[in-house]
Amino acid sequence: MKAAVLVFPGINRERDMARTLRLISGHEPAMVWHTDTDLPSGIDLVVIPGGFSYGDYLRCGAIAARSPIMDAVRGYAAHGGLVLAVCNGFQIACEAGLLPGVLMRNERLKFICRDIFLKVERSDTAFTRGYNAGQVIRVPTAHGEGNYIADADTIARLEGEGRVIFRYVAPDGARDAAFNVNGSTNAIAGIINDRGNVLGMMPHPENHVEAAIGPTDGRGLFAGLVEALDRAA
Amino acid sequence: MKARVTVTLKSGILDPQGKAIEGALRSLGLAGVSSVRQGKVFDIEIEGDDRAQAEELLKQAADKLLANTVIENYRVDLLG
Repeated sequence: MKAAVLVFPGINRERDMARTLRLISGHEPAMVWHTDTDLPSGIDLVVIPGGFSYGDYLRCGAIAARSPIMDAVRGYAAHGGLVLAVCNGFQIACEAGLLPGVLMRNERLKFICRDIFLKVERSDTAFTRGYNAGQVIRVPTAHGEGNYIADADTIARLEGEGRVIFRYVAPDGARDAAFNVNGSTNAIAGIINDRGNVLGMMPHPENHVEAAIGPTDGRGLFAGLVEALDRAA
Repeated sequence: MKARVTVTLKSGILDPQGKAIEGALRSLGLAGVSSVRQGKVFDIEIEGDDRAQAEELLKQAADKLLANTVIENYRVDLLG
């Protein structure tokens, strides 16, 4: 799996992401600067990593979403290319129109930096085939604006089409408002686009992939992607 | 020409920052505040003096960048 990791000014999780991609796919990802107008040829995945692009000025992800490389990413996604957007990347993907909705200030106003529990709603996507549907995974989260909001029609469509991929849940998988850490509508932590090739999520699976550091629940996402791409090849 | 673009949250969109400010005003003892919604103001200088053209330019700026119309409304005012 050859990946391209986008780099914007103010992003700070791109090296964690690159390390995880290298560790699990065995290939060094290409780091792509935001002013580039083309993605490297022959890539299998574009990753929009986390951080604080442009210092979160205006709205989180708003300025990065309008940078030159994003036209190339929209074109890549329109042709079915896989895009993984994590944390600030999710905010950028929403602002860029790759995914519906908006990530607003956390309901309880606090920046949340700790492990949370996610229920994997589906295992039949390129991004989640490494998990079982209904599985609960523990991954870190670190954001101040992860409160997912969209209009009622969009939420109904996302739910009806099975496009909610991750939800904040209690450790036993139960829906519980106390574990919906940022107040997201329907506890939504990650969604996929209508074509199933763009995933946006607030938590950081790339930070839970090595036993030396702690849980390895994030591995499934990357290992599953590698497997999905091997099968497609 | 000076212009102002005002961006406000659509009604029905939760505004936790506005709520916190509302609470702070109450704790200052300022009675009578029933609700606060936070927004943004952009003061912009426009080249030339064609008002229709300036208005069109600012609408484009608001639609393309200054506002996220999923959650926000905007208003353009030409200040002369």
